[in-house]
Amino acid sequence: MFQVFLCILKRDLTLALRRRTDVLTTLFFFVIVVSLFPLGVGSERELLRLLGPGVVWVAALLASMLALERLFAADYDDGTLEQLLLAGQPLSLLALAKITAHWLLTGLPLVFIAPLMAMQYALEPVAIGVMMASLAIGTPVLSLLGAIGAALTLGLRGGGILLSLLILPLYIPVLVYGAGAVGVSVIEIADTQPYFYLLGAFLLAGLVLAPPATAAALRISLE
Amino acid sequence: MTINWFKYASPAAFYPIAGRLVPVFSIAALGLVLFSLYWGFFETPERLGGSNPQKEYYRIIFVHVPSAWMSMWLYLVLAAWSGIGLVFNTRLSFMMANAIAPTGAIFTFIALWTGAFWGRPSWGTYWDWDPRLTSELILFFMYIGFMALHSAIDDSRRADRAAALLAIVGLVMLPVIYWSINCPDPNNCAALHQRSSLTQIESNILTAMLTMTLGFWLYSFATAFARLQGIILTRELESAWVRDMVSGPTPAASGG
Amino acid sequence: MLEVKDLSCRRGDRLLFSGLSFSLPASTLMHVRGRNGSGKTTLLRALCGLLHPDDGDILWRGESIRELSDDYNRDLLYFGHLNGIKADLTGIENLRVAATLDDDRIDDEEIRGALERIGLMGFEDLPTRMLSQGQKKRVALARLMLSRAPLWILDEPFTALDTDAVAQLEALIAAHVADGGSAVLTTHQEVALTRGEIRRLDLGARPGTTTPVGAAAAA
Repeated sequence: MFQVFLCILKRDLTLALRRRTDVLTTLFFFVIVVSLFPLGVGSERELLRLLGPGVVWVAALLASMLALERLFAADYDDGTLEQLLLAGQPLSLLALAKITAHWLLTGLPLVFIAPLMAMQYALEPVAIGVMMASLAIGTPVLSLLGAIGAALTLGLRGGGILLSLLILPLYIPVLVYGAGAVGVSVIEIADTQPYFYLLGAFLLAGLVLAPPATAAALRISLE
Repeated sequence: MTINWFKYASPAAFYPIAGRLVPVFSIAALGLVLFSLYWGFFETPERLGGSNPQKEYYRIIFVHVPSAWMSMWLYLVLAAWSGIGLVFNTRLSFMMANAIAPTGAIFTFIALWTGAFWGRPSWGTYWDWDPRLTSELILFFMYIGFMALHSAIDDSRRADRAAALLAIVGLVMLPVIYWSINCPDPNNCAALHQRSSLTQIESNILTAMLTMTLGFWLYSFATAFARLQGIILTRELESAWVRDMVSGPTPAASGG
Repeated sequence: MLEVKDLSCRRGDRLLFSGLSFSLPASTLMHVRGRNGSGKTTLLRALCGLLHPDDGDILWRGESIRELSDDYNRDLLYFGHLNGIKADLTGIENLRVAATLDDDRIDDEEIRGALERIGLMGFEDLPTRMLSQGQKKRVALARLMLSRAPLWILDEPFTALDTDAVAQLEALIAAHVADGGSAVLTTHQEVALTRGEIRRLDLGARPGTTTPVGAAAAA
């Protein structure tokens, strides 16, 4: 069973490496959105320090959203998704493998580029560390939740816009606690602990609940 | 070869029942709403609260609170029908969920609108990021998402099931979202313990509010059934009974 | 063996067929016929379990395919309108993924052999997007050579293939059936295989009525 998981994971990573632009566009989208804010709201240090956590997190939300559209679309178009459904393997497991690959390609790079973005907003080193940690725990939740929406809007006209309408409201808890942890770390680092407990709880719940929901959505969409 | 009526009987059989229920619920709803408007305007005190009383404008709550309650209740009902539809594969349940969604969205919108009107005199602003208002806004997005997804899918069967699954995912997520909005700082969750103020409310105010809620509820039944009739007709357009009804001498019942 | 009882399917709000019953014992090939839009693909997708029928049961070895679920899928090979291969992967990589998904332990030599037999020697290490339409289809069909599934469901497998490949595929299906497997296929092309001693199922509206019906005829 683990072998099947690895097989799909490897397949998706190989495919992404052969089409690197897709991965890079997501990353640059994130960088551009974050960089635009100081141009819009002014470059006053105190203001930026205040806005930083929220802006980086909202940009991460949007970047994850943008990449989600492609999660199942290519497999749907060439018929491989159909074959995954008929593979005689638990579909939740296959969905989880695809989500994992998706996160490794779109979520994880954000974690590593975030310090650079945080410097634009004059965040303290401690806050930068907390931001990386919160993104590392929070972005998988975004991929997990988003996969359900991506599966539901598979093959629809204007699916991308619809996807954001369906999924962005569901991202609120992750946004609130992800950005909240960074914000509070500036004041008192010990206070960030409950935020991470909550994000961790979301991740665990997401790992358990999202793959079956995604599988059900895929079955509905491929009927 | 004949169609197996056992399974399709439900929409066909329910159509005339819904037709008969619509006027009953409409009239009852109208009566209750008129009654509670009268009660709310003439039998209740002119001001609400002790040290810093709200003046006449507090009467907005006679519309605001019932519509907020209904908006939440209807989402629950919608998700329940969606769940039943997915589990038992019954087409009428999905139709029911679809018929409820617009009414729920309207109540959510009314709650937001009246909330803004009430907020202007009491908070000095139309919009405040008050947890309850924000949650209501999210609920509005949920309704819109449900309807948008359903209308974006051409195949009605896929549309039904996809929207139903979304409704259930939304139902699971709503408490988490609500909680995160209410308590953005887990170190200090004061807002969570906001007491219900129902018990301290004067009985006349409560009467007007509760009868209005009941009126809105009956109104929801009326609109949902009327809309359901329309949905059944379009979905069953090819069935013999619809063709008989449309072409036959009996005039169609008031459709939605 | 596959057994269909009183099946009805609709696409959107349109009833395609109802009351369809037939059974497909081992070592048989069934040709599903009907004009465009008569529900051939829908029936095949229902047989795969991809599509929820509106009514009726589909049994595999006496058990409902809904309940068998993954166990049924392991016994099944579906070949649809889409090839189901990734354009950015090579033929070998595609088949390796397919084999892993089927829980088949197949080494690269076997895959290479299958690709060679289907006439793709020298192309096995190219991304399939560099191949022609017919060659892509051949990559997908190489799955049939590697598969051990007893039930094949093939939707228009002969399109885009040249005469050599058609003959090869026919031989493959014939060998599968002779070997105790069963197969359901649709095709608009007249091939030698469909003229032989096989079962036929005709789908489609009866002339003069608008009520769709399903009629089964066994030859």
